[in-house]
Amino acid sequence: MVDRSAFGKISEYVWEVPRSFRDDMRVPARLYASSEMLGAAISDKTAQQLVNMATLPGAVRWAAAMPDAHQGYGFCIGGVLATRLPDGVISPGGVGYDINCGVRLLRSELEQEAVGPHMQELMTSIDRKCPSGVGKGGKLRITGKELDQLLVEGAGWALKKGYARPEDLERTESGGRIAGALPSKLSPRAKNRGVPQVGTLGAGNHFVEVDVVEEVLDEEASSAFGLWPGQVVVQIHTGSRGLGHQVASDYVKRFQGAVRKYGIRLPDRELVCAPFDSPEGKDYFGAMCAAANYAFSNRQVLTHWVRQSFQEILSAHTSDWDLHQVYDIAHNIAKVETHSVDGEEVKLCVHRKGATRAFGPGFGELPAEYRSVGQPVLVPGSMGTASWVMVGTERSMELSFGSSCHGAGRSMSRTKAKKTVWGSDLLKQLEGEGIVVRAGSMAGLAEEAPVAYKDVDMVVEVVHNIGLARKVARLRPLGVMKG
Amino acid sequence: MFEEIEHTADYAVRVRGTDLRELFVEAARGMNALTGGRPGQPSRCRELVLEAPDAETLLVSWLEELVFLMEVEGEIVDQFEILGLTPTSLKARLTGGPAVDVDKAVKAVTFHELAIRETGDGYETTIVFDV
Repeated sequence: MVDRSAFGKISEYVWEVPRSFRDDMRVPARLYASSEMLGAAISDKTAQQLVNMATLPGAVRWAAAMPDAHQGYGFCIGGVLATRLPDGVISPGGVGYDINCGVRLLRSELEQEAVGPHMQELMTSIDRKCPSGVGKGGKLRITGKELDQLLVEGAGWALKKGYARPEDLERTESGGRIAGALPSKLSPRAKNRGVPQVGTLGAGNHFVEVDVVEEVLDEEASSAFGLWPGQVVVQIHTGSRGLGHQVASDYVKRFQGAVRKYGIRLPDRELVCAPFDSPEGKDYFGAMCAAANYAFSNRQVLTHWVRQSFQEILSAHTSDWDLHQVYDIAHNIAKVETHSVDGEEVKLCVHRKGATRAFGPGFGELPAEYRSVGQPVLVPGSMGTASWVMVGTERSMELSFGSSCHGAGRSMSRTKAKKTVWGSDLLKQLEGEGIVVRAGSMAGLAEEAPVAYKDVDMVVEVVHNIGLARKVARLRPLGVMKG
Repeated sequence: MFEEIEHTADYAVRVRGTDLRELFVEAARGMNALTGGRPGQPSRCRELVLEAPDAETLLVSWLEELVFLMEVEGEIVDQFEILGLTPTSLKARLTGGPAVDVDKAVKAVTFHELAIRETGDGYETTIVFDV
């Protein structure tokens, strides 16, 4: 049991459970949160799961939970843990099932007034072109051999096939391709699940949303990202679909044996892990990179179809219908990165589960136009509420291995949300607020009701005040399409 | 019997059975109930044989088979005839049909705090699903 007394206050919004709290902790456990958020983390299993993360072999500095953290399984959602290579562990449960679930932001050159009259047709077109919903396959027919190429090349595969532009890849985390993918380390089942789902949104909390930039708070960064007040933008939120889930399932099961082999004792079987440089660790990392590349490619293909919808509906009214990529980031991933730990530059395996990378200015991977301001950090809110664009900071390197929040974070169970909210009532409410909704399932819509999430503005306020990332622009939804 | 219990982000089901067979069947029924779906026609029957190092892994593998059938074959199973079951092996005959009225997908079965416990009345466990 981890209660309020376990946490010491380090500073405003920074709480820590010391390593001495439990014998099996290898590092302290840190929560970045307001006092209210701390209360919520204790009331479900978030705090418990954060402390459990701190038991993984090779963990350095501290296990961290972002302000949007909530109960997950194994790691809490919003959890960040770094282990020292080569013998620190990698944990499939520390990445999660939807490997490289992530968000992409596209910007138009259009003002809300130009798009507003066509929103109904636009959302219908997006709904028609982007396959979504439970068990829905995609429109692409690819062979097993093509899937293997896609798993290695990521968004580069989409570029070769005409679904991307070179600048899309430049404005994607890791260029839309993580090196080290090993398609041979995926089971036939994972590939069977992946073949029919390239270019599909899926269900659950995944969406395509058309927004307007409501407010700009950082002129320099918003100018670098090409964002301005009144501008219409698009967010795409999805991941690696059934393929990623199967990779995670396969390796969580395989690693049940690995922990016995390596003599690792853990408080939860979902935390299973293996040394990064062990055969099991290498196999999982290769499979995870492949699944991550699948997700980059998936969001890229969806981008192509959203562009087609903008062209189909808006080109009769304006020549400026096109969409340009702002950025694409992963929020379920493990990456090999170099960080400064105790004054020494060390290679780490950084697990981000429901957390995004948030590197500050000067990071070499960023496109030239972003390098002086930092990496865009995309924070989608709950359906019908605001979303945020933030920018990474140097301070996040010290606090969270260059990581920040990934969204609003749930605060209410799906079971309770279903009992509290009727999907059809919510639909009416959102439409009453002028938001055009296309949803495959009313029950699914109810589970994603805004009341089931934390207030994204509060989450972003805490992130900003701690310095994990800085506010750049606030987005307001005009239309949302959900599976 | 099974009952859905609170989980902030995903789904969790508490399952009880007078023996392991009932526990496994109720777990499958509980997972089906989360999806809201049912099998249509024509019905289809298949046999399944599984082995695992322990009962919890066997339970996850059993449910994963149903997740895979649903996603790849578009099929829901609603009749489970357990032909043989030990803590490390399972043989079953599954009867189902094309999935109808599914409005929620169970995407994965987790090991989160998974433990099959013996109670005075049989067995009990709680399973967390990724949705």
